[in-house]
Amino acid sequence: MVWEAVIGLEIHAQLATTSKIFSGSPTTYGADPNTQASAVDLGLPGVLPVINQRAIEMAVSFGLAINAEICRHSIFARKNYFYPDLPKGYQISQYETPIVAGGSLEISVEGSTKSVRITRAHLEEDAGKSLHEGFQGRTAIDLNRAGTPLLEIVSEPDLRSAEEAVSYMREVLGLVKYLGICDGNMQEGSFRCDANVSVRQQGEHGLNTRTEIKNLNSFRFVQQAINYEIQRQIEITEAGNEITQETRLFDDRYGETRSMRSKEDAHDYRYFPDPDLLPITLSVEFIERLRDDLPELPKTKLARFVKKYNLNETEATILVQEPETARFFEAAIKIEGAQPKQVANWIIGDLFGAIKKSGLGIVDSCISPAYLGQLVARVVDNTISGKMAKEVFLAVWDSDLSPDQVIADRKLRQLSDSSALESIVKEVLSENTEQVEQYKSGKRKILGYLVGQVMKKTQGQASPKLVNTIIQDFITQS
Amino acid sequence: MNDTFPRTVAEIMEGLRQGEFSSVEITEHYLKKITALDGELNSFITVNNELAIEQARAADRRRSLGKARELTGVPYANKDIFCTKGIRTSCGSRMLADFIAPYNATVVERLDREGMVMLGKTNMDEFAMGSSNETSFYGAVRNPWDRNRVPGGSSGGSAAAVAAGLSPIATGTDTGGSIRQPAAFCGVSGLKPTYGRVSRYGMVAFASSLEQGGPLGVTAQDLALMMNVIAGFDPRDSTSINRPFEDFTRKLGTSISGIKIGIPKEYFEKNLDPRIAETVLGAINELKNLGAGITEVALPNSPLSIPAYYVIAPAECSSNLSRYDGVRFGYRCKDPKDLNDLYCRSRSDAFGAEVKRRILIGTYVLSSGYYDAYYRKAQQVRRLIKQDFEKAFTKVDFIVGPTTPTTAFHHGAHSDDPVAMYLADVYTTAVNLSGLAAISIPVGFVKSLPVGMQIIGNYFDEARLLNVADAYQSVTDWHRRLAPFPV
Amino acid sequence: MPISTDEVEAIARLARLSIDVSDVPEYADRLSRILNFVEQMSTTDTEGIDPIAHPLEVAGRSRQDEVTEHDERETFQAQAPDVENGLYLVPKVIE
Repeated sequence: MVWEAVIGLEIHAQLATTSKIFSGSPTTYGADPNTQASAVDLGLPGVLPVINQRAIEMAVSFGLAINAEICRHSIFARKNYFYPDLPKGYQISQYETPIVAGGSLEISVEGSTKSVRITRAHLEEDAGKSLHEGFQGRTAIDLNRAGTPLLEIVSEPDLRSAEEAVSYMREVLGLVKYLGICDGNMQEGSFRCDANVSVRQQGEHGLNTRTEIKNLNSFRFVQQAINYEIQRQIEITEAGNEITQETRLFDDRYGETRSMRSKEDAHDYRYFPDPDLLPITLSVEFIERLRDDLPELPKTKLARFVKKYNLNETEATILVQEPETARFFEAAIKIEGAQPKQVANWIIGDLFGAIKKSGLGIVDSCISPAYLGQLVARVVDNTISGKMAKEVFLAVWDSDLSPDQVIADRKLRQLSDSSALESIVKEVLSENTEQVEQYKSGKRKILGYLVGQVMKKTQGQASPKLVNTIIQDFITQS
Repeated sequence: MNDTFPRTVAEIMEGLRQGEFSSVEITEHYLKKITALDGELNSFITVNNELAIEQARAADRRRSLGKARELTGVPYANKDIFCTKGIRTSCGSRMLADFIAPYNATVVERLDREGMVMLGKTNMDEFAMGSSNETSFYGAVRNPWDRNRVPGGSSGGSAAAVAAGLSPIATGTDTGGSIRQPAAFCGVSGLKPTYGRVSRYGMVAFASSLEQGGPLGVTAQDLALMMNVIAGFDPRDSTSINRPFEDFTRKLGTSISGIKIGIPKEYFEKNLDPRIAETVLGAINELKNLGAGITEVALPNSPLSIPAYYVIAPAECSSNLSRYDGVRFGYRCKDPKDLNDLYCRSRSDAFGAEVKRRILIGTYVLSSGYYDAYYRKAQQVRRLIKQDFEKAFTKVDFIVGPTTPTTAFHHGAHSDDPVAMYLADVYTTAVNLSGLAAISIPVGFVKSLPVGMQIIGNYFDEARLLNVADAYQSVTDWHRRLAPFPV
Repeated sequence: MPISTDEVEAIARLARLSIDVSDVPEYADRLSRILNFVEQMSTTDTEGIDPIAHPLEVAGRSRQDEVTEHDERETFQAQAPDVENGLYLVPKVIE
């Protein structure tokens, strides 16, 4: 028996708007409980929702980026159920007419690429938070999060392994960050995922009973949970038993999924169009304007970097992974003389190293793109050696000075003046005639020694490259 | 009781302007009347004795500074469905009996800005569900024309207060007839504006796609004056219509000669008390005498308006009332043993039987398996009803008929059969389903009980609609008759 | 189409209403009457008719993405049945 896993993901991405989807409350994370819950968010008697324009724009941008169809006339529906963190007793969501339908994303797993179809993406409001521990047998409710805009992205069950699921999730995460519609901060809960999992015989085409694993908020958990669930379902089926259709939670202490205890009868959500909100009608002009405003997406940027800057795929992939990195790179290479490939190396090497050490992100870099560009330019034009440049990098990182300022202050300017060097080279050659003879008779490696002598005489400030050239010239001429 | 103070808003405005009396004086007059007489009627849930005087003083101050607006200093009664900041807003329900609204409804903000004086919050059917004002947690309201009879509902308190001279004007809300029907039963005038005219922000929701706030008063002119204050675009209400400001009194006094009036043949068939038919036809004749042309129109789907309404309204209400769960505000049962108990017992203790019935019906018609047969079907029928009106309005300017099939019935008359109660809405619900504007004005009496005539106008045609009513009121005096109250 | 007492209980559960067992038959009767009454609509031909959810079929309006609300927790929680440290409390929910 060869088993195949059939997986679909439902991703909830919190949209990075300034205010909530249906009210003017702020959406900032970490405020004191219920200080960001307005009358509308609390569902007080008589309050009414008004849709946030930016949330619509963000949803449409996502749809365009995945080549989906944008619904020109989409409707909000009420999803009715009772839960203490759902103040109105219904969630405003979308049912029959999601704002985005269809579309696909390419993922790569183990070297090969695969297209994953997206069923739909719709707008809805988030619920508040329930805290079950620490209140003496009571549950505490914080409604700051109630009303935050969510984009729910539903994939077709096209994924066949936990690895594919994680790859798809990463792809979506990268895309929403690139579009600037979600900060993708999984620890803060702005990017969450539910996984629908079932198994079948390889070659089978139908779908078997599936379970839903809710609220997975890290790649590792997604991987573990799905793998566990696949195994669990295979074991049950092989034993001749049925899979129960149910919702399960992932227990990260044991790496297991378990059934949600308080599961009563399946919810009847009694969806109907929300009478307080009129349909969102989008003109073709509006949609096209958003299409024009779409930022360059990762795959396009990658291809462009490779072609335009002559980078290899690996380098380019690293640079485009985060939009901030790509931005940094392109700002740095604007500096005259900042050769792209060199800049790339510096970013991937020294810059990433310094950032990792400091625990910050690239946006907090203590060396600006312009300064990094300048640094690289000074190496390229031989003002300083590559080795010297590392010292300059650290100096710029720790101060407010530009590379040029540091070079001047510390008198690091390489001796690149040929005539000044020539006399010193002449001196060294005359003091080391034996080594010169060795070089002439074929011992090429002795060149290093001669260069070293010149470096000694110049306190290391000569341009080794230039010295190298001058010595060779002198020797061949003589 | 010394009734030297005028009864209508227009007269009060004039009196204040002329300095014949102050706002404090006229407010005190009405407050005294309420104290003395409302025990008989129960039309008020909350009377703001101190606050009203404060508001009246402020109004007089404004006037002395030359900053008075049209209706500054005029007292009014506010249906207890509008959130009033710092003041109990109960919606006639135990669920909100202790709810002090933390904000003002937009309508209330507008009334405050105008400088009007709020006498108190009027009684109503619980959460606006009812046609008799018998379902209120605060007890039934009595009709000033016959205290053994209902004033109509759900704005029964407002209608009774105006009819008894306890307030010159009042706010109401109309979901299926809740302004017009009590206006008819109490012999006053009441207007349901076009959907989207008056902001619903802060107007506690029963059935969102059907309801509008509107005025109840003595004359059509008064209704127009009140509309100038309460109507207008509100960005906080997504269903609020954005139109430039208009003066609803601007067409008053215009001749109605040449206006085309349509009489739906369906309105004068079975179930209508023949004496009411006669009275209304008499009123229509008056309109003819004023120069209006009378034609017959057809509204073939109108009989379906009650079943459609009684699917859609409960469906929306079942969802709108889910927020009443004892968690953040409102009634909470004592010592809930678990979450389910908290919800079920709080809601069951605090909602009355009619509200519970409508929540159950609404839940049922939205539930899976029934949605298509009931809810979706009703919304299709709704389109047919709307199309009937649109067609009729290509032939006529206004559609006229009785407001109700009977006059005010006795308390308890329909307690056994909910459907019988619902049939009272036969003429009014179609208007809410279509979103049109309609007014009810008194046109006579049958056995000493008021009879109302309904005039339905096309979308946003309130100014002309009010003019037709005003024209009728300028040649008749039914609207001036005072209830024989106190007896 | 009459509604059974089982259905009444199921709907009541969905709506979080508790009805005394002794009252259920009366509810079933009254609700059945209402449902029978609205059954009238089933005889009307609505083939091809689009349902409407709003009387005025205008396009929806949106608002600008800006913060317009400030912290009013104290006001709103002044009447909350049970709060602690700014949090609303309910009987413990078991997941």
